[in-house]
Amino acid sequence: MEGTVAFDRAAVERLLSGTEDQSLLRFLTCGSVDDGKSTLIGRLLHDSKRLFEDQLLTLERDSRKWGTTGGDIDFALLVDGLEAEREQGITIDVAYRFFATDRRKFIVADTPGHEQYTRNMATGASTADLAVLLVDSRQGILTQTRRHAYIVSLLGIRHVVLAVNKIDLVDYSEARFDEIVAAFEELTAELGFATKVAIPLSARFGDNVIAPSPNLSWYRGPALLDYLETIDVTADEAGKPFRFPVQWVSRPNHDFRGYAGTVAGGSIAVGDEIAVAASGQKAKVARLVTMDGDLPDASVHQAVTITLDREVDASRGDILVAADGRPQVSDQIAAHIIWMSDEALLPGRPYLLKTATRTVGATVSELKHRVDVQSFQPLAAKTLNLNDIGVANLSLAEPIAFDPYDDNRTTGSFILIDRFSNATAAAGMFRFGLRRATNIHRQALTVDKSARADAKGQKPAILWFTGLSGAGKSTVANLVEEKLHLMGCHTYLLDGDNIRHGLNRDLGFTDADRVENIRRVGEVAKLFVDAGTIVLVSFISPFRSERAMARELVGEGEFIEVFVDVPLAVAESRDPKGLYKKAREGGIKNFTGIDSPYEPPTAPDIHLDAAAEAPDALAERVLAYLVSRGYAGSHRR
Amino acid sequence: MNSPLTHLQRLEAESIFIIREVAATFAKPVMMYSIGKDSSVMLHLARKAFYPAPPPFPLLHIDTTWKFRDMIRFRDETAKKYGFDLLVHTNEEGRAQGINPFDQGSNLYTRIMKTDALKQALTKFGFDAAFGGARRDEEKSRAKERVFSFRNQNHAWDPKNQRPELWSLYNTRIAPGESIRVFPISNWTELDIWQYILAEKIDIVPLYYAAERPVVERSGQWIMVDDARMRLKPGEAPQQRMVRFRTLGCYPLTAAIDSPATTLEEIVAEMLLARTSERQGRLIDHDESGSMEKKKREGYF
Repeated sequence: MEGTVAFDRAAVERLLSGTEDQSLLRFLTCGSVDDGKSTLIGRLLHDSKRLFEDQLLTLERDSRKWGTTGGDIDFALLVDGLEAEREQGITIDVAYRFFATDRRKFIVADTPGHEQYTRNMATGASTADLAVLLVDSRQGILTQTRRHAYIVSLLGIRHVVLAVNKIDLVDYSEARFDEIVAAFEELTAELGFATKVAIPLSARFGDNVIAPSPNLSWYRGPALLDYLETIDVTADEAGKPFRFPVQWVSRPNHDFRGYAGTVAGGSIAVGDEIAVAASGQKAKVARLVTMDGDLPDASVHQAVTITLDREVDASRGDILVAADGRPQVSDQIAAHIIWMSDEALLPGRPYLLKTATRTVGATVSELKHRVDVQSFQPLAAKTLNLNDIGVANLSLAEPIAFDPYDDNRTTGSFILIDRFSNATAAAGMFRFGLRRATNIHRQALTVDKSARADAKGQKPAILWFTGLSGAGKSTVANLVEEKLHLMGCHTYLLDGDNIRHGLNRDLGFTDADRVENIRRVGEVAKLFVDAGTIVLVSFISPFRSERAMARELVGEGEFIEVFVDVPLAVAESRDPKGLYKKAREGGIKNFTGIDSPYEPPTAPDIHLDAAAEAPDALAERVLAYLVSRGYAGSHRR
Repeated sequence: MNSPLTHLQRLEAESIFIIREVAATFAKPVMMYSIGKDSSVMLHLARKAFYPAPPPFPLLHIDTTWKFRDMIRFRDETAKKYGFDLLVHTNEEGRAQGINPFDQGSNLYTRIMKTDALKQALTKFGFDAAFGGARRDEEKSRAKERVFSFRNQNHAWDPKNQRPELWSLYNTRIAPGESIRVFPISNWTELDIWQYILAEKIDIVPLYYAAERPVVERSGQWIMVDDARMRLKPGEAPQQRMVRFRTLGCYPLTAAIDSPATTLEEIVAEMLLARTSERQGRLIDHDESGSMEKKKREGYF
């Protein structure tokens, strides 16, 4: 009967007695849009009897509402779980489905075929050991088929099944099948798959999905499920060098210091010698601790806590490795990159790179080329856009330990994270170090102004707002800061009144004190620039020479003079703090504009007509200046 | 040399990795504790992840005030047994207004006493990451959700704009006010959970085992009369039946199944031969098509 589960009493007995030896296969389905990926998974779930009665009822109801199969059950609706997907009849995001037979447990990633969702396809591929690549028998190999075959190979999947689907629509033609297989052989000739098998099938009607079909009597090979149940995908992971990225240092008390993590390659036993990859410090494994008791040894994929026979300097992000099989250590690495963000890759722009348990600052120092997914040939490129694949040199803020991706999928993979939106901008695979880090023992890098500025993704500068009291300097400066902050810039506002309450509270308003006032503020602003910050200074600063002095404290292009210009009469009529009135009445001595001069800038970098425009419009002018000259937001939309 | 890990060992190791990753990268994580079998497994995994130290985060239970009494008892016993820091939060406004599953209906009741309460608690304590025991095989929109599921400042999920999640490289970066929901047992199935409970001898709420319980029939399902607040229809009298629960929630919204299974082995055997999915017993999932996705967009787990 359809819809009942696959397990009989005998299977139950086996599972309960602990004698089951089911292995696990993680695979993905991929291929072009409308090739029937979701339908195939739905069919596998249905025919392997892993659907419950209530799920079948829902499926029948949904098929009537959303179905694209004219009244028949639409198996794609089993996996297309998002409303938008059901409405549009397409797969947008990767879905994970689970089913089991007597022989194996399966985790399936159903991935989208549309080009704009390629990043979701790569997500599904990253954890799979096998790919089922579908083609529509009528269409044959399409651009997306080529793209997906390439990505599958790039992500290190060694086993591929070509599912020649919808074979019913070409009258179960052997000739058509052979034609597609020949094209596939040519396509994959250089993609380095360990096994390749082509199976003709119809997901919609179930031909050759779980059992051989009489409609395909000319086909001698296994049905799809049969093949998936039996293929051996185990690589010799345990034989590779030991790798253990430290995830968490466990220190519950003074007597215990353990390194918690998951073995990412090879195996380890008590007494083995390990090294901290980056520093080279060595120690022997004292214990392999788990809640189930200490283990004599542990191998790839196992989560354990390692204690050592002596103290080493290791923390989260370090990798414990076999002392006699060390990984590469470098801060300059060549890598493949799959770009996943709407915002294009910009060489030189700072990102965060996460690999294993380590996160470091990184830039793409050089984009070597983009890969044409049609021909797999390199193309010259200045940038990578969404779903582009390229080869690039990475420059990291510190040297890291890594392996080429082909040697280890954990210590060889990375993602790039946008520092401002925190989006996952790219996925990548390390290929080789460009040079060994010259001094891997150094404690810290010499971090300089440009490094700090790079880290913030901005060009540090002093925005020096000058003008009469009441001109609106602080108001505009505050608005500019708000806008910069929203763009993710790191800013600081030094306001005249506020500084005079603290740092400069010993200063009065004599000319000498005014000069000292500005000198101190200039020095403080310089420190902020050195820290990589965009610093906004809002001071009347009436004298040209002091403004010039402040300008000379910092480098070329790091001082932007903003003249907030209003006629004295306008400032006086505003008089927000009632100071002009007091000054006119003689209550304040040396008040700029009344009894102390204001020297307007002769060539300000930005000249704001604060009598004619509102503060927000003025702030936008300042912002436009900063963006157009690359101080901020050149990478933002 | 070691033999390859079994299916369950692989799942266990993956979950432990995820749990440690959260503890290592977030300022203030919390583990949601719903008292059910999935929560019990998640808690067990958290203990394993940090052994010999205790898990470095508290547990949070959203108490709707309509949980089975057995669940609350089990919750308090478990926290005491393992020394967990247990936080309990109820939407006091909802309690004061007397919100209940009978008058408000399951949809509104769930939003006020679960989703709103959860958001209140996360905001109140300032948690930046919250573990949940959801599995991808439970429901279609869950099958699409990332292990590290980004939530905006309103705790809402945007299914069309999920971060790509490759390998085991989880992007843990968020801006202030944003948070991440983390699902360490995403890749476990219901069968895996039961097999693991069996293999690891994990304590679960007695309601999972069959016993004579007072129930009434509602829409063809058995609803347990757990306390005097259950509204009986005129002339309706609870009957004693041998029943158990495949899934646990608020008692008026959770249906029991007829079962003679009084041991773990019998439960697993019954599960293997089951013909309906566990969420069949969850009345809130049937409110409307795509209801889970809608609830998750609003901030539900």
